[in-house]
Amino acid sequence: MNFKNLKLNLSNKNKDLIPQILTVAFLILVVIYFTINAQSNMGNRGISFGFGFLSQESSFDITFSLIDYDGSHTYARAFLVGLLNTILVSAIGIFFATILGVTIGIARLSQNYLVAKSAEWYVEIFRNIPLILQIFFWYFAALRALPLTVDSINFYDISFLNVKGWYVPKFVWTNFSIFIYSIIFAFILIYFLAKYAQIQRDKYGKQIPTLYISILLIIGLPFLTFLIGGVSLSFEIPELTQLSKTVYVYRGGVSIIPELISLALALSMYTATFIAENVRAGILGVSKGQKEAAASIGLTKGQILKLVVMPQALRIIIPPTTNQYLNLTKNSSLAAAIAYPDIVLVFAGTALMQTGRAIEIISITMLTYLSLSLSISVFMNWYNKKMAIKEK
Amino acid sequence: MIKSIKTWILVGFASLLLVACGQSGGGAGSKKSKTLDNTKKAGFVKCGVSQGLPGFSNADEAGNWTGIDVDVCRAVAAAVLGDADKVKYTPLSAKERFTALTSGEIDVLARNTTWTLSRDADIGLTFVGVNFYDGQGFMVRKASGINSVNDFRDGISACTNTGTTTELNMRDFFNSKNIKYEPIAFEKADEVVQAYDAGRCDTYTTDKSGLAAQRTKLSNPDEHKVLPETISKEPLGPVVRQGDSVWEDIVRWSLNTMIEAEEYGVNSSNASSLKDSDNPAIKRLVGAEGELGAAFGLDNDWSLRIIEQVGNYGESYKKHIADTGILPNRGPNELWTKGGILYVPPAR
Repeated sequence: MNFKNLKLNLSNKNKDLIPQILTVAFLILVVIYFTINAQSNMGNRGISFGFGFLSQESSFDITFSLIDYDGSHTYARAFLVGLLNTILVSAIGIFFATILGVTIGIARLSQNYLVAKSAEWYVEIFRNIPLILQIFFWYFAALRALPLTVDSINFYDISFLNVKGWYVPKFVWTNFSIFIYSIIFAFILIYFLAKYAQIQRDKYGKQIPTLYISILLIIGLPFLTFLIGGVSLSFEIPELTQLSKTVYVYRGGVSIIPELISLALALSMYTATFIAENVRAGILGVSKGQKEAAASIGLTKGQILKLVVMPQALRIIIPPTTNQYLNLTKNSSLAAAIAYPDIVLVFAGTALMQTGRAIEIISITMLTYLSLSLSISVFMNWYNKKMAIKEK
Repeated sequence: MIKSIKTWILVGFASLLLVACGQSGGGAGSKKSKTLDNTKKAGFVKCGVSQGLPGFSNADEAGNWTGIDVDVCRAVAAAVLGDADKVKYTPLSAKERFTALTSGEIDVLARNTTWTLSRDADIGLTFVGVNFYDGQGFMVRKASGINSVNDFRDGISACTNTGTTTELNMRDFFNSKNIKYEPIAFEKADEVVQAYDAGRCDTYTTDKSGLAAQRTKLSNPDEHKVLPETISKEPLGPVVRQGDSVWEDIVRWSLNTMIEAEEYGVNSSNASSLKDSDNPAIKRLVGAEGELGAAFGLDNDWSLRIIEQVGNYGESYKKHIADTGILPNRGPNELWTKGGILYVPPAR
């Protein structure tokens, strides 16, 4: 009897295995075919294949770069500049999309008719207009609306907004490392404080105001370094300079280019609509009984949201929101349309054109987006696991 | 292991790109031209043009393409297929153009493309000639008080197209003058125009013919002017794939025929009547003497058809560039006999 069962199982297993092997073999054959085809086609046309170009001088400049770069650097460095710019706009976009999305999502559930309806209108308008149009709108509408350099909008004589960008003071630090160490130290203290507070709460039922102490630490410690650590900070304020009769420019300070502002704005406003819907779904997904039970044991409204509703809602919110973060990152490639120097414009655009190495460059760019997306996925999956129900 | 997986993925993607292009295109050194055979079989010339540059390649509301670049493709169609209208136009961005050509999506690229060493030698392309001698210039607002490139100062912002030689020339120029500048490069010309118009940048730099053409798209063309200096050589010409020398010759000599026809005063209206001309050079041009077409597998009237259906270079220039007000003065694009630098090898 046992023997018969075993045999049956084995053959079942084989039944599953054979199609799988065939599929893999087929895929490998397809890849080999494509490779040989590509090689012979490229050979026929006298196109060489290789990544040697990456170490050649790029000889083109980029408007906006987080690292030191000019045309005398290599293509590899131009790639890095583009990558960092992509990461920057994605990070800014994700940050604001999350804040805006959560706010709107909660607002949609508000008892206040006006608040709920405005949130609904916001979602319906911004998620139904193609993103590229929104990017163009924010870019060209903003450019047309902003004043010329000489008539800049002035914020207390330290910051200026005009058609060429937003100019803010540059921080000039002395003993910057001590300042950073103090912040790191503050975080370590907060970590132990949180542990201590948890023990106190679990053992003796004592509530320690962790939040206030943390805020005090994170502000107080760095502040101390100014008083006794020899840290000082001064500002380099942008200065209006005349280049010709009507051409002016701000020199000094940091310039945030309008391309970055409008791209980040469009990306976060668009993605926020989807996140808002996720948040709404998450909160609605927590059964009413949970809130009532929490209220019946005397938790305050804030505590109910923080301790009962949100932990359960997050389980519903996180997975689809991960998708939105990935979408936002990939959508940032639309930057090329408005001259924001992201990886697509710089590397898959200019560098591709100058070198003509379409296959190499497109492959690198695709792999880069793949890695970026996978990193975000890995992080969000880790966070999701952390938030998941822990069976005891 | 991970590295080899990466390589596989990479090569897989890479080959996908090339597979889309099929296997057209001739092998190096073959006497027969695969491109020519395929063109005859398809019944039209596959021509890559710009996405809209008045004077060079521009489509009207009905979708009819005109311009001096378009005329190169029309000449090839007239020579090969006997009808200049048998052309399929593919509008391409600066970025797409070479891949479209090397992959076989198009067979002739006539898209105001600058002939440079690295393009010619490195990426599987062959430039067959020059149909427009251009140079890079700058456009500024008249009110700006900038009258020459010497008035540029540190901090000036310049808008241009990405993926063009312009981006490189701009850097060479500002570096040689030791001026710090802010480069803003857009993918499409229309966005460059809009951004410049909105004041995002102080100057707009591209080929001078392009500046003249794009100026007409600004909200107030009269408020802008092109600076007198030319900062680069931009010989623009048609391009073919490397490896099909017969096809390369057909395109080269289609262009040369247009220029030579102007030199000998042969135009679309008098071409057929010149068959019994006394000048053997003219007789060769209109197919009344010699067997020139046979060299690349065409009949003897190929050049006559080009002149009759498309016209000579002068006619083409007048119709598309001069009469449209883009560049009424031919400058270097005048025949060598009239003070320009248009000079083609003799057709004999």
